[in-house]
Amino acid sequence: MSEVTAPMAGKIIDVKVEVGDTVNEDDELLILEAMKMEMPLVASTSGRVKEIRCKKGDSVGADDILVVIE
Amino acid sequence: MLDMVLATGFIHLTLGNLVMWLIAFFFIYLAIRKSYEPLLLVPIGFGILIVNLPLTFLMEEGEGLLWRFYHYGLEWEVIPPLIFLGLGAMTDFGPMIANPKTLLLGAGAQFGVYVAFFGALFLGFSVPEACSIGIIGGADGPTTIYTTVHLAPHLLGATAIAAYSYMSLVPIIQPPIMRLLTTEKERKIVMKQLRPVSKREKILFPLVTVVVICLIVPASAPLMGMFMLGNLFKECGVVKRLSDAAANELMNIVTIVLGVSVGATMSAAHFLKLQVISVFIMGIVAFAFSTTAGILLAKFMNFFTKEKINPLIGSAGVSAVPMAARVSQLMGSKADPKNFLLMHAMGPNVAGVIGTVVAAGVFIALAG
Repeated sequence: MSEVTAPMAGKIIDVKVEVGDTVNEDDELLILEAMKMEMPLVASTSGRVKEIRCKKGDSVGADDILVVIE
Repeated sequence: MLDMVLATGFIHLTLGNLVMWLIAFFFIYLAIRKSYEPLLLVPIGFGILIVNLPLTFLMEEGEGLLWRFYHYGLEWEVIPPLIFLGLGAMTDFGPMIANPKTLLLGAGAQFGVYVAFFGALFLGFSVPEACSIGIIGGADGPTTIYTTVHLAPHLLGATAIAAYSYMSLVPIIQPPIMRLLTTEKERKIVMKQLRPVSKREKILFPLVTVVVICLIVPASAPLMGMFMLGNLFKECGVVKRLSDAAANELMNIVTIVLGVSVGATMSAAHFLKLQVISVFIMGIVAFAFSTTAGILLAKFMNFFTKEKINPLIGSAGVSAVPMAARVSQLMGSKADPKNFLLMHAMGPNVAGVIGTVVAAGVFIALAG
């Protein structure tokens, strides 16, 4: 089990995967916007997306768990 | 009939005016098509255009509209401190408070200021002129303007344009230097998440900083005082209206007056000189040396610190906020997509603003 967390506070502007999707390490999962900069959040490991704890438009805080991969 | 023709601007147009029109249109084009610093380049470009229309006398001392903007806004030193008030209300010093070591990087990245200062002296500029040219290396527009108005007002158009041009070119100038001075392994250094900073720390920061810095360098007080007042507005949480006004309406109004006034100093007679080219060359030298010094200092600090610093955040010590921090983030994520340097780079970035203001204060005290 691996969790992808927010590296800093910001806004989720795109969710590129759905629960059940298979992903490889470094695949883009979400796009986080902070300080007018768009940053892709990538899968920390290969596996299946078990849970997505945010949606497009959400504001998230640093260290919030956003995606769970198993 | 002849009198009517003579009263129009057409026959008074000079070749220099036409060259300045081209420069004005180029700036406006860059702003609109390429989004290079549009908030400044649109008013600056327009200012250049209208001040180069003959017989308008917009910069006529005591009479012209733009002369009044320039005189009361810049010569009276009202506008740059007001810009700093707005910047303070927009700046989060949290990353710097969480990792005070980054203050050193912000100070180290002022190295280019001094390199350009000596370079300009070598090229035959006077000491006050060299100070105004050197400060371009801090990559801070309002501080450059403030220093130049104080020390070498005849260079204002050139230094202001150089500072703002290089700020907008940060994503082009810095990456090759960053690649050259760092190894792949260094670029992959992952930095520990910053600790949360309490509200109390954030409120105390501007109060302590203004007292300490203004005691050390009293000449920095107008900029530093307004910078920290704006930040106190933001962090104290009880004057949201003032904080919003400083960061939005007031900032926008003074930006308009600043931009047009800077453009207005660029009449053909004042701007089309060989000296101006030297200013631009020394400006980029300053900028490159500041970037280099920030990176090398970060590498040097790694010899002594347990928690390693990614040297890519060193280049963010130039005060182009937040462009330089964004470049650190981009370069870091290229080396490792799981590496997020943005907030780490904001530490040296905001420290760089303080560093440039201090450097300006020293210059003004010594050469003013």
